[in-house]
Amino acid sequence: MTELTGTQTAPAPSSGMRIDIIPIILFAAFAAAPLLASASGAEGYVLSLLTRVMIFGLAAMSLDLILGYGALVSFGHAAFLGIGAYAVGILASHGVEDALIQIPVALAASALFALATGAISLRTKGVYFIMITLAFAQMLFFLATSLGPYGGDDGMTLPTRSLVAGAGFLENDYAFYAATLLCLIGAYLLSRAIVTSRFGRVLRGTKENAVRMEAIGFQPFRFQLAAYVVSGMIAGLAGCLMANQAEFISPAFMTWQRSGELIFMVVLGGLGSLHGAIIGAAAFLLLEEFLPEMLHAASFFLNDDVRWRLTENWQMAFGPILILIVLFARGGIMGVLRRGSHG
Amino acid sequence: MTATLLLIQTLNGLQFGLILFLIAAGLTLVFGVMDFINLAHGVQYMIGAYLIAAFSAWTGSFGWGLVLALPTALAFGLLLEVLIFRHLYERDHLDQVLATFGVILFLNQGVKFVWGAAPLSVPVPEILSGSVEIADGLLYPVYRLAIIAAGLLVAALLYVLVNYTRVGMLVRAGATNPQMVSALGVNIKRLFMIVFGFGAMLAGFAGAMVAPILSVQPGMGDNILILAFVVIVIGGIGSIRGAFLAALLIGLVDTIGRSFAPNLLRLVLDPSAASQTGRAIAPMLIYIFMAAVLFFRPSGLFPVKR
Repeated sequence: MTELTGTQTAPAPSSGMRIDIIPIILFAAFAAAPLLASASGAEGYVLSLLTRVMIFGLAAMSLDLILGYGALVSFGHAAFLGIGAYAVGILASHGVEDALIQIPVALAASALFALATGAISLRTKGVYFIMITLAFAQMLFFLATSLGPYGGDDGMTLPTRSLVAGAGFLENDYAFYAATLLCLIGAYLLSRAIVTSRFGRVLRGTKENAVRMEAIGFQPFRFQLAAYVVSGMIAGLAGCLMANQAEFISPAFMTWQRSGELIFMVVLGGLGSLHGAIIGAAAFLLLEEFLPEMLHAASFFLNDDVRWRLTENWQMAFGPILILIVLFARGGIMGVLRRGSHG
Repeated sequence: MTATLLLIQTLNGLQFGLILFLIAAGLTLVFGVMDFINLAHGVQYMIGAYLIAAFSAWTGSFGWGLVLALPTALAFGLLLEVLIFRHLYERDHLDQVLATFGVILFLNQGVKFVWGAAPLSVPVPEILSGSVEIADGLLYPVYRLAIIAAGLLVAALLYVLVNYTRVGMLVRAGATNPQMVSALGVNIKRLFMIVFGFGAMLAGFAGAMVAPILSVQPGMGDNILILAFVVIVIGGIGSIRGAFLAALLIGLVDTIGRSFAPNLLRLVLDPSAASQTGRAIAPMLIYIFMAAVLFFRPSGLFPVKR
């Protein structure tokens, strides 16, 4: 663990400036994208894809906060997406449709869940931690499937997107895009502030060597738990947005495969840089979007039946891509960028 | 009525637990000996089910299907080991989780690519079809009893293999201290391969055994994989005995919990609330159980002594 992540996250002071340009470019691109979208002719499609990218970016970034900076491999992070989404859905079905109530409730629920499960999970180490976070997420998943009044297995359609102080402007896709971008930037700045603070340094210290941190007088458990709670809350916010974008909630939001995909996004982007996770989420979702066509084009030499089946099962290509990234592309996309910028 | 229902559910739970054990045994060995977290173990169970479906359709007999499916499952496991897993032993757990997750993504779609998305069904073998009267007027399918018998047989076989043979001794030693075993001149790579292939075959066997009573479909290994992880974590990673007891415990808790939680809750709640809550709590039971075990015993019930 230390070898892989240590080399990536050690902030080299000399290259600090160069790397910090990337998030600015990233957010500028997100801000400029709607203008291009309206010019592209398929603005509804582009906007909804990019909104999705930002929401998953938010979720992946929250995971990076504990995974990249604390080496806590949470295999149940999708649970928080579910909590956020179900907070919105359940409140909406009882007539509480204002985001100003929904979001605080979602954040509080995520924080509580993170506090309770984190307190138990963090007692364990390594693989046991992976498994116990997974188990808690499964627990919530099965709870959601049994919530008959809220759709059970099939999920539930939301009557409308959340209101903001009684106003329904989020129904407008541009406004929703802007709101999502604001959430993303806000959460990014908060996370950035956290990881550069003394708290963040202690967290990174516990990642490198928890015993040593303890020896110099810190209690790793408290710092890890606090980071876990913050991370869960950010993911909960992503869940609220996700429910609003889809105007639909279902237990599928928190399958364990979704948790695996979130880890995939973080590692694809590069651990321990925050914006790397957002880039990873973007790469993942764009790949998901265009892989069928790419496969179809690339398999021109095969006969139609095989070609059709290949395109139909395009997700098959994800597996080898993931394996190759793990085996050969250490540091993900950010690692490649960093190596590039060092010549 | 309740007593017979309890008996049936106990048998079902036993059968489920033994299937879980077959999967968890390989998983816990691979994990204990190689410190390798293999999410793809569940797809090996799925592959076993698909292989028996293909081979029994081809040969027209479940028995011959099994004879062909087991070595194929073994070979497939070894192939994966050589191609991918071997390169991951030295990596950290995160890399292992991700790469084996990749294997799941690939194979879940891969079986769709080969066999289509529609579930396949495997007929119950002729001799084991039908039911037998196990108590007054209580019929139970023979095939399920056969699964229980096969599971117990494999468990006994494993017990002998691990405790009374040289390979078993090396495996136990490897689970305790692999560096020392390697230093003593044992070809640890070959040992890893044997353990891995054997684990894959056991999972494949489990898949083949349940194929006639479940539908064979993509993703069928995913949920059982999570349960197998719950089993090995509760049992203590690397411990076969722990896996066996935990698997039976989980099988029984899950099966009996699902059918009796609403009834038990009726004692304290009104009927409609009881059935609501019961249905909500039942599938969560094993996870609550696991969390409780880990809370009090962070390394499982039967941790391997190091």
